[in-house]
Amino acid sequence: MDLLPVVFMALMGLSVLLYVVLDGYDLGVGMLMPGADEREQSVMVASIGPFWDANETWLVLGIGLLLSAFPVAVGVVLQALYLPVVAMLVGLMLRGVAFEFRMKALGWHRELWNWLFWAGSFLASFCQGVMLGRYITGFEPGPGYWLFALVVGASVCGGYVLLGATWLVLKTEGELQQKALAWSRWGLLWVALGVALVSLATPLVSETVRDKWFDFPRTLWLMLLPAATLAAGAWLWRVTGAMRRSRASHRDWRPFAAAAAIFVLAFAGLAYSLFPYVVIDRLTIWEAAAHPSALKVLLVGAVIVLPFILLYTLLSYRIFRGKARAGLYD
Amino acid sequence: MEDALFLARTQFGINIGFHILFPTLTIALAWFLLGFRVMYERTRDPAWLATFKLWTKVFALSFAMGVVSGVVMSFQFGTNWPRYMTTVGAIAGPLLAYEILTAFFLEATFLGVMLFGMNRVPDWLHIAATALVAVGTTLSAFWILALNSWMHTPVGHIFQDGQWIAQDWLTVIFNPSFPFRLTHMLIASGLTAAFVVTGLSAWRLLRAPGDEGAGKTMRAGVRVAAVLIPIQIVVGDLHGLNTLEHQPQKIAALEALWHTERGAPLVLFAIPNEERKRNDWSIEIPYAGSLILAHDANAEIKGLDAFGADIPPVKPLFFGFRVMVGIGMLMLLVSWWGWWATRRRAPAPRWLLWVFAGMTFSGWIATLAGWIVTEVGRQPWLVHGVLRTADAVGDVSAAKLGASLTGYILTYAAMLIAYLVVLTHMAGKGASNHAPSSHAATVELAGGAAPKAG
Repeated sequence: MDLLPVVFMALMGLSVLLYVVLDGYDLGVGMLMPGADEREQSVMVASIGPFWDANETWLVLGIGLLLSAFPVAVGVVLQALYLPVVAMLVGLMLRGVAFEFRMKALGWHRELWNWLFWAGSFLASFCQGVMLGRYITGFEPGPGYWLFALVVGASVCGGYVLLGATWLVLKTEGELQQKALAWSRWGLLWVALGVALVSLATPLVSETVRDKWFDFPRTLWLMLLPAATLAAGAWLWRVTGAMRRSRASHRDWRPFAAAAAIFVLAFAGLAYSLFPYVVIDRLTIWEAAAHPSALKVLLVGAVIVLPFILLYTLLSYRIFRGKARAGLYD
Repeated sequence: MEDALFLARTQFGINIGFHILFPTLTIALAWFLLGFRVMYERTRDPAWLATFKLWTKVFALSFAMGVVSGVVMSFQFGTNWPRYMTTVGAIAGPLLAYEILTAFFLEATFLGVMLFGMNRVPDWLHIAATALVAVGTTLSAFWILALNSWMHTPVGHIFQDGQWIAQDWLTVIFNPSFPFRLTHMLIASGLTAAFVVTGLSAWRLLRAPGDEGAGKTMRAGVRVAAVLIPIQIVVGDLHGLNTLEHQPQKIAALEALWHTERGAPLVLFAIPNEERKRNDWSIEIPYAGSLILAHDANAEIKGLDAFGADIPPVKPLFFGFRVMVGIGMLMLLVSWWGWWATRRRAPAPRWLLWVFAGMTFSGWIATLAGWIVTEVGRQPWLVHGVLRTADAVGDVSAAKLGASLTGYILTYAAMLIAYLVVLTHMAGKGASNHAPSSHAATVELAGGAAPKAG
């Protein structure tokens, strides 16, 4: 078995996972904007200001790795997902520039950019979920499969709201933090419903996935994944409940950590379901992989540069640790 | 299929034309920022600090426009040209990935530190972050131009296992047109940023003649432009000679030379007539074409008839080239005159400020015109002599392409208008120097934190 394509699948998976958790929280903050007043909104924006550019770069790396390491899959995947991809990109553009413009605008202009920031965040999140839903089912036509994709779209919105709300618990204090705690609990309920629906529906829509999960005695080991997800969810519910009652904000990183853990676990389940396919039932990673000469030179670059990227990303999170303040540029 | 090819090209062309505006500005503007930051460190003059803060905001806005349109472009490689990746992906893929790994993360991460970290990190780290943003933008130009140049002058590749792969990466990267194209583009970025800095500062001075920071930045912009433009003219000429050697049909098209001849004229103006393969209404200087292109008045210059059917369309190249060169000459005139008029800190006369303000985005127009010349000039090839554009297009239907094209155009138009309005508005208000945390600035920047200004 040739290992290089597996390594690149892992790298691509890592950058998609990092993208989902990192851009997920700032998309979530965008979707929560209508729930806050003007002062709170500027704190929320300040909490993601130093990070969102770099967060979005993980998506570029993900697509860059798909292009360069699995060029045969690119045509299949992106052409099948053409319209949701375009809609997602329009959403990402709107929110990205709205973020910058809203800081420089006043009055109804600012209201307009706030609205676009919300709408763009929502559109991008929803489309990412739809893409995921279409991807899991191997782009099968038919209304049932599309309905499934729409449910996944709604679930991903819930997941990002959860990430955004718990991020705000970490980065804010006082009234806004209390609001964020309440949002976290709503987000968690939304996610629980979504994950349950998707987990039940996925084996129904895909035989390949069903065979991988219902294969005793392996199934017993695999049940650790949903059990751990459930535990993370329960812990998140308890911690946010306790923080609301005590109005204390020590160890305020716990809700975000729990939310991130839910994402990592769900991602692991998904990765297990799909491996070794790039396009389920159609294209394995070995069939789709780029020429070995390209993979080798890519690997050299990734091995040298990725540690530096992780290092200075940590540095940036360290520099901007602590609570966000409204005056972003001061 | 024809429709789909046309729509795919239009969409990609509009996207890349929109995208290139912003990197062209930010690559060099990042170095300007480093200069402003270092000037503040050395002088501790609050005017430099206010200037730095104002221009970081211009930078952040432009960078965001570049990032979001760049994300779209990375997807369009796959959606519009899937067979590009399956035939030359083993060369293009790694170059794109190296750009992302070495440049994108660097600039995006340290941009956050540069913008928001001034009070959180020591001065040396803040200056280092500003420098790393500049290094990142320039590195990104390095990789993407290596790939683009390879598509014009491909070398170092062999055909193996049904696709093109790199035989020698250094040969691929440092292909014949790369040094010229990279230098030409980096200087173009320098000129674009210099004229934006000059123009927006002049715009501020028209409204507030005493603004000290705007005076400083305007003088800096004019001087940088005045130094760069003669270098650019020489580099552009060298780049043209390099193109004559490797892609002579592009030169024939941009000079509108239909027939091979000795002592070719220089066509100053004409309406190229593609059907009848001749120029209407042309004004020519005899022998000057050979003199400029081959530095010999009697040299033979190949006309379009020497290349059969594989020739690019003439009109966009002919006019694009003249627009670029015309703006270059105007830049030379304006920047040198501007330097002379503002020597020894003399205040610029109002009419000159209006000229500067009018030239604010001249670099964009010249850059776009230049890119149209070089990219349209490569047609019908996507990778010269290796892959035809028509063979790289995907199976997306014309209807889907039309729908997405409409969506993109509307989004880009709205973004561009908003960008220009906000930029001129910000520049018009100026850096409010001497009082960087004044009431007005706090309200504007800190969001709803402070009450609205009356």
